[in-house]
Amino acid sequence: MQPGSCSPADRRLSALARHLQGSSAAMDHRTTLSASPTSGFDAAGSVFGHLARAPEDPILGVTVAYNKDRSPVKLNLGVGAYRTEEGKPLVLNVVRRAEHTLVNDSSRVKEYLPIVGLADFNKLSAKLIFGADSPAIQENRVTTVQCLSGTGSLRVGAEFLAKHYHQRTIYIPMPTWGNHPKVFTLAGLSVKTYHYYDPATRGLNFQGLLEDLGSAPSGAIVLLHACAHNPTGVDPTLGQWAQIRQLMRSKGLLPFFDSAYQGFASGNLDEDAQSVRIFVADGGECLVAQSYAKNMGLYGERVGALSIVCKTADVASRVESQLKLVIRPMYSNPPIHGASIVATILKDRNMFHDWTIELKAMADRIISMRQQLFDALSSRGTPGDWSHIIKQIGMFTFTGLNSEQVAFMTKEYHIYMTSDGRISMAGLSSRTVPHLADAIHAAVTRAV
Amino acid sequence: MIPFSSYLYTMGNFDLQILVIFIYFLQSLGRITMAVAVDVSRFESITMAPPDPILGVSEAFRADTHEMKLNLGVGAYRTEELRPYVLSVVKKAENLMLERGEFKEYLPIEGLAAFNKATAELLLGADNPIIKQQRIATVQGLSGTGSLRLAAALIERYFPGAKVLISSPTWGNHKNIFNDARVPWSEYRYYDPKTVGLDFDGMISDIKAAPEGSFILLHGCAHNPTGIDPTPEQWEVIADVIQEKNHIPFFDVAYQGFASGSLDADASSVRLFAARGMELLVAQSYSKNLGLYAERIGAINVVCSSADAAARVKSQLKRIARPMYSNPPIHGARIVANVVGDPALFNEWKEEMELMAGRIKSVRQKLYDSICAKDKSEKDWSYILKQIGMFSFTGLNRAQSDNMTDKWHVYMTKDGRISLAGLSAAKCEYLADAIIDSFYNVS
Repeated sequence: MQPGSCSPADRRLSALARHLQGSSAAMDHRTTLSASPTSGFDAAGSVFGHLARAPEDPILGVTVAYNKDRSPVKLNLGVGAYRTEEGKPLVLNVVRRAEHTLVNDSSRVKEYLPIVGLADFNKLSAKLIFGADSPAIQENRVTTVQCLSGTGSLRVGAEFLAKHYHQRTIYIPMPTWGNHPKVFTLAGLSVKTYHYYDPATRGLNFQGLLEDLGSAPSGAIVLLHACAHNPTGVDPTLGQWAQIRQLMRSKGLLPFFDSAYQGFASGNLDEDAQSVRIFVADGGECLVAQSYAKNMGLYGERVGALSIVCKTADVASRVESQLKLVIRPMYSNPPIHGASIVATILKDRNMFHDWTIELKAMADRIISMRQQLFDALSSRGTPGDWSHIIKQIGMFTFTGLNSEQVAFMTKEYHIYMTSDGRISMAGLSSRTVPHLADAIHAAVTRAV
Repeated sequence: MIPFSSYLYTMGNFDLQILVIFIYFLQSLGRITMAVAVDVSRFESITMAPPDPILGVSEAFRADTHEMKLNLGVGAYRTEELRPYVLSVVKKAENLMLERGEFKEYLPIEGLAAFNKATAELLLGADNPIIKQQRIATVQGLSGTGSLRLAAALIERYFPGAKVLISSPTWGNHKNIFNDARVPWSEYRYYDPKTVGLDFDGMISDIKAAPEGSFILLHGCAHNPTGIDPTPEQWEVIADVIQEKNHIPFFDVAYQGFASGSLDADASSVRLFAARGMELLVAQSYSKNLGLYAERIGAINVVCSSADAAARVKSQLKRIARPMYSNPPIHGARIVANVVGDPALFNEWKEEMELMAGRIKSVRQKLYDSICAKDKSEKDWSYILKQIGMFSFTGLNRAQSDNMTDKWHVYMTKDGRISLAGLSAAKCEYLADAIIDSFYNVS
């Protein structure tokens, strides 16, 4: 393999070597050894011959595996998508109403949105997370751009930081949503971790968190889950958030909030935004990625927003212009449908109110599932302290089960969950709690 | 020692005001220079980005209050009344979807299966052996841009150092996409200003000269911005050269059905290459042909020599999409799947597409006729008629294009491109006057 050569065969070999170093994916031996001096494309070979098959995404792959299972008692506790008590997906009534209004409005067109998305949606999203009376908004210090749900907002924010921010390191909590490290790495940031989850208490390792952030280089970016930490469900208290804020500001660390569950965690929109708001209240800068996938049940519509709170209005406007340069070569402008639904609901007092009721109902059902699971394990006398199930908050519970136990539960009980022991409470119902409790009990008590 | 600037973050507003007053006082005494600025943004050094050259045109148009203003900037179809157009089949599909009350669950990373199947069949033809042999990897993408970006990321990862060759000129966003994806690119000659036609020899020569195994970006039909397409015979020669050099054809198909009015005719370049057994990439968009602009619906297709390769390519495309946006939006995909999947709707779509393409062809003709009627010189304007699709390259240079805007309030891009989709029959005379004035009186 000569460094200076650029023939397709040599390129494929270099790509292959790099891929072998980094990837644990199974290789197709037939096609990866195809490079010969005369090979280009021919009927037997392929220019794509050196591509290995990627493994399924660990989170979304759970649903793929679940779908293949034929058992009548199978349970999908993988992806964080809300299910009703009947185990069905839910489209909120208020969403259906908004959609009817939109589809029946003959004056609506499908022209390209501006690169930054739907203006109303952006303003209303900022108000939702920062509070309608937020001085940062009133002073025009916030730029908000519509993006593709939480993932898209994180990616655009990260690409912007990689291009324009002097510190290219982002600290993410351990553990965090499986997609976070990939989003940031591909955006061009380097990823480090800070202590977060304490397996011993199944709670927050606050000391570890403070130490790690305390020793981060000045100016480093820090990813914070605004509420309902994914995957653990463990959140700092308000007092702890205040300390985190103080520490971060003293070190000049840049907060990047991932807010995917506003209103969904406690049932109250303002309560779930407190962490973000105390940071904004001190006049400092931060980034916030918002998603409407869960709290408005708009999963597949891909609706979200990235807000960057800046020191001045002038900076905010320059930042916005640069965000456009990130978005345009990625997908030009964002999809209109989901954002229109959100804007319709947020700007109508009655619909907004109705939304908060439906949102609280979803949050309450999840809280009740937590209680039921805890009670079911208690009544089975399952060894261990399971109180973390009711202490943790949001859609997910970090059970504390290890990957062998998880594999056992999948094989013997057809329970589908991620191998880190995370279960989506939203996928449980009163009817299925006993089956899950049996599975956990069996996994924990079986001879290893 | 805590840096001064970070101390400020922990202070309340009142303290801050006192401090600021104090600092101003000290400064006025000349005793200290502010080595550490008060409340400086971390983004202070960011400059204002220039407006997007294409999308910026519409913004400027909106700001203009002149009664004769004409927006020939963005390629979005307009009716004769110069109104945006939502296709009737799209409204019907949306109503069907509403009635059915479908869920809004996440799509798989690769998108809606029914859409992916429909889009591959539309592109290659439903009975194409490639589809039966499962040799095409299709992943739903965010319209044309998003699909191109997925492909660019695939090239960057698996063909490091490989270049993409883009036509000179090409759609303005192509180079941005490859730049952001960190894929090197260079240009092949395409537009010949002398003939306002295709520089075919230059094109072939540049493709031949490119390093073996380059990706050649080709516009499937209705070249943007010029409207100049190779003839079928020229396509054969282009395919020959690409095969000779082991290049990989990379089609951008944004106007299938919209150029000639026929879905099959507009896909003939892609099908010609595919029929030769070539592997190729094809980015598709439904923005124009189904009028779904803002829904962001398209696809990236990779035709491979084996089903196994196609499966592996698809898995790697998913790995690229997941950290970008996780999975694509459902709404537009469902609309396409519903329209294509229902024979009555599909036929109605074809009729609406013929009407749109027909209107454009007819204003193209009318513009040409108006120009010829007004221009007493011997200049041959027939290149306007030979061009195809939404756009026309007028042959006007930058200064002349500026004159179109400044004097005549005709909004277009600086490269001389006009969008015929934004032209009405009623305005052809006015536009002809503007073009003639700009061509002859401005240099």
